Amino acid sequence: MVNRVVITGIGIYSCIGKNLAETTQSLYQGKSGIILDAERKKYGYRSGLTGFVDSPNLKGVLDRRSRIMLPEQGEFAFVSTDEALKVAGIDQDFIDKSSIGILFGNDSSAQAVISANDIIREKGDTVMVGSGSVFQTMNSTVTMNLSTIFRLKGINFTVSAACSSGSHSIGLGYMFIKHGYQDCIICGGAQEINLYSMGNFDALGAFSIREDAPHKASRPFDRDRDGLVPSGGAATVILESLDHALRRGATILGEVIGYGFSSNGAHISNPTVDGPQKALEMAIEQSEIGVKEIDYINAHATSTPAGDASEAKAIFNVFGQPGPYVSSTKSMTGHECWMAGASEIVYSMLMMQNGFIAPNINFDNPDEDSAKLNILAETKETKIDCFLSNSFGFGGTNSSLIIKKWENK
Amino acid sequence: MTQIEIAEKIIPFLVEEFEIERELINPEANLRDTLQLDSLDYVDLVVVIESNFGFKVKQGDFQNLATFEDFYAYVQGKVNAQDEAANN
Repeated sequence: MVNRVVITGIGIYSCIGKNLAETTQSLYQGKSGIILDAERKKYGYRSGLTGFVDSPNLKGVLDRRSRIMLPEQGEFAFVSTDEALKVAGIDQDFIDKSSIGILFGNDSSAQAVISANDIIREKGDTVMVGSGSVFQTMNSTVTMNLSTIFRLKGINFTVSAACSSGSHSIGLGYMFIKHGYQDCIICGGAQEINLYSMGNFDALGAFSIREDAPHKASRPFDRDRDGLVPSGGAATVILESLDHALRRGATILGEVIGYGFSSNGAHISNPTVDGPQKALEMAIEQSEIGVKEIDYINAHATSTPAGDASEAKAIFNVFGQPGPYVSSTKSMTGHECWMAGASEIVYSMLMMQNGFIAPNINFDNPDEDSAKLNILAETKETKIDCFLSNSFGFGGTNSSLIIKKWENK
Repeated sequence: MTQIEIAEKIIPFLVEEFEIERELINPEANLRDTLQLDSLDYVDLVVVIESNFGFKVKQGDFQNLATFEDFYAYVQGKVNAQDEAANN
């Protein structure tokens, strides 16, 4: 049994918009969500730069029990999922009669862990962390909480795959539905943004220190980039089998036609060209389309010299010249890490729906590798029928997704 | 401390922590039903009491407390014992 897999809902809570409408506007305007956080500098970070979004106030929206078990990224994910379900036209009554699953990318819950251990150390008594703590600290916190809040009864687990977690969650959801194991899955990615979330990543010296100009700091593919800017939030993508979506009269937004993956089998943090290239080629082969049919690539490019160069080489090797339009929305959002693979599908879906490609802001001068790509430094109004989104992570985990516009056939 | 003083100190914390209406709390009301406590919520009740009164609550101490009056009496007993120990 092989099903076609479609997207019927998307939702977003990010540093460039707390909902789809705000985010569309920011993408079109090329607006940066990066700030300089003085607290990070005081705490000992080498770089105080970060994407930033306020936590949502969920009092009155969720009951006390639900709220005390949700860490920051869980709150973000609740909001993006609530929006995606509304877009999909799926209400609680429908969920209660269905077997909807959840696969979400998340790979840390640092603030919850640190706060709990601070209390235990101070009080010398574990009970003083309260009953919500354990559910906030586990990597599966997002799926365990959202599956409880929305009373989901299908597949339920978290995908932890570093910065490709969100992308793999959609890829796995696609596979579960394609092969008939599930009709509908809530996929996505969530990333905490608090003071404690990125200290040890900052230690690697991979973050931009262009602190005098936060909006200019994230500059993927640009010759003068000096590192990535961490960020966070949550994004949700609702996947369904085509039959399931048609049966309930859903509006279909797009179709997932390819999921390629690979592991570099090399260094834990240094990228390769072969690994990403393999994922790209696998996704294209699976989608049964030619490379010329891909109109846009939402690049993983984080604004690190080595990572951007490797991806540029991989894209060039697969697509040649002139390749499809390329931009990295991380130029505006920063690197949304565990969430990025899902949010970049949402960003690209918004571009496809609204007929434009968001710019790779701060792309002032190409380097040897990026010069070979068709990178857009300005917003371009153009039709997208098919796009590809790359996500790569520590340990050499690679994921490429291909999404096609739905045209009633 | 008298039971009234204990109640006056506890009630605002219970209203805050368990997000219930102040009017629902009276001495004869059932503690578990009124606060809608499940097994996890008892952990948070321990945190509220230990944080505000400074004594250790043993596991199972709350099991035999039916009403708020029972609850206040339990806390009063512990607080008075604590005060006596401090004075000796």
